[in-house]
Amino acid sequence: MTVVAANAGWSALIGAGQTLTIVDLEGNQAVDFLVYSAADTAERYSAQDTITAQGNIFLTTGSVLMSNERNPLMTVVEDTCGRHDTIGGACSKESNTLRYGHHTRPQHACVENFLAEGAKWGLGKRDLVSNVNWYMNVPVEQDGTLGIVDGISSPGLKVVLRAEVDVIVLVSNCPQVNNPCNGFNPTPVRLEVA
Amino acid sequence: MERPEAPEGAVWAEHVAPDGYTHRVLARGTVFRLANPEGGACAHVLLHHVDQPWERLNVADTVKVQWNAYGGHLLLSDQGRVLASVESESGYDALCGTTPKGRDMFVRAAAKHGLGKRDLPPSLSFFQGARVRPDGSLHFTGPAGDVVTLRAELPLVVLIANTAHPLDPDGACTRLEVTAWRDQPTGPDDPLWTATPEGRRAFENTHEYLSARGSA
Ligand SMILES: [Zn+2]
Repeated sequence: MTVVAANAGWSALIGAGQTLTIVDLEGNQAVDFLVYSAADTAERYSAQDTITAQGNIFLTTGSVLMSNERNPLMTVVEDTCGRHDTIGGACSKESNTLRYGHHTRPQHACVENFLAEGAKWGLGKRDLVSNVNWYMNVPVEQDGTLGIVDGISSPGLKVVLRAEVDVIVLVSNCPQVNNPCNGFNPTPVRLEVA
Repeated sequence: MERPEAPEGAVWAEHVAPDGYTHRVLARGTVFRLANPEGGACAHVLLHHVDQPWERLNVADTVKVQWNAYGGHLLLSDQGRVLASVESESGYDALCGTTPKGRDMFVRAAAKHGLGKRDLPPSLSFFQGARVRPDGSLHFTGPAGDVVTLRAELPLVVLIANTAHPLDPDGACTRLEVTAWRDQPTGPDDPLWTATPEGRRAFENTHEYLSARGSA
């Protein structure tokens, strides 16, 4: 069991059949997440293949995280939150300049964590793709307007993922302080591989 | 197939057959137009910055920065810069990506620019799409739109696969027409530069990058 501090990254190799549990300890904390096939890291999570395979943009119990080769990488076997995001991607210093102003460039961001954790496994910039945002709620309104809203995550909620093949997972405990995805106050999360 | 009609000085004029692909390097400022003459094309598109292809289309940033999943006037890279601007009322699909057939075409098109599977991020599609219901479920909306005009705001590798939308129950499409001609990139006096604060900052980032490397 590991507690990942607010703003920090984490990564691990998870064997086929093992589970990863992600607990939002204090509530309202987005956890950015990427997963790769350990046998060939060019095969990785594909948000678009996941969305079209299940016909739904939200992840919950029963959702299968599909690869770019349309193979299952992990399955959500338990989810006490009910809805997680597939379309918002990760925050970065670069996109922060667009959304919140040039003055936010020095702030820490999820892409920084992904690059640092990915480097431990030989993964680089080219390997970053649209990620899962556990505990983030991004509804799409009728005209396409995106919300990044607050409100469905509370302390102690958990997601349990089962690895379908040997996988490498990268986690960024989102440091974003400019929108409500972390309640403007990033907090620790607990991860457990079993 | 015959070449489509193109304006004087065109740098690209091509019909892309159903389940065909095309690719081209385009200079900054080039305008490229996708047309849907028979109404059933589905153009799956990827854009890479030709000088540093690790910088490429980021659909998540594109929808998030413009606050809309169904369309916007800027196609953004992961570096907070504008790869291309879009003139289109019909929008695009940034959610569903392509099919295994489309992906196979992207793999081959990318290989012709020295790019591999790691260089293929999520893609956009034009002329076919889907909408999201309140519960998150998707429904296919079928064909929409007959022309989309894009402007290269950085020098680009453009990869295009013309194949059915992944949610299309028929799994078929019709030919796509691509034409391109030299023109100017968006400048500070163009209304698009200042249309939104987010877009203005994306153009500023692009200009700052080009200035520093001596090509603005
Ligand atoms: Zn983040």
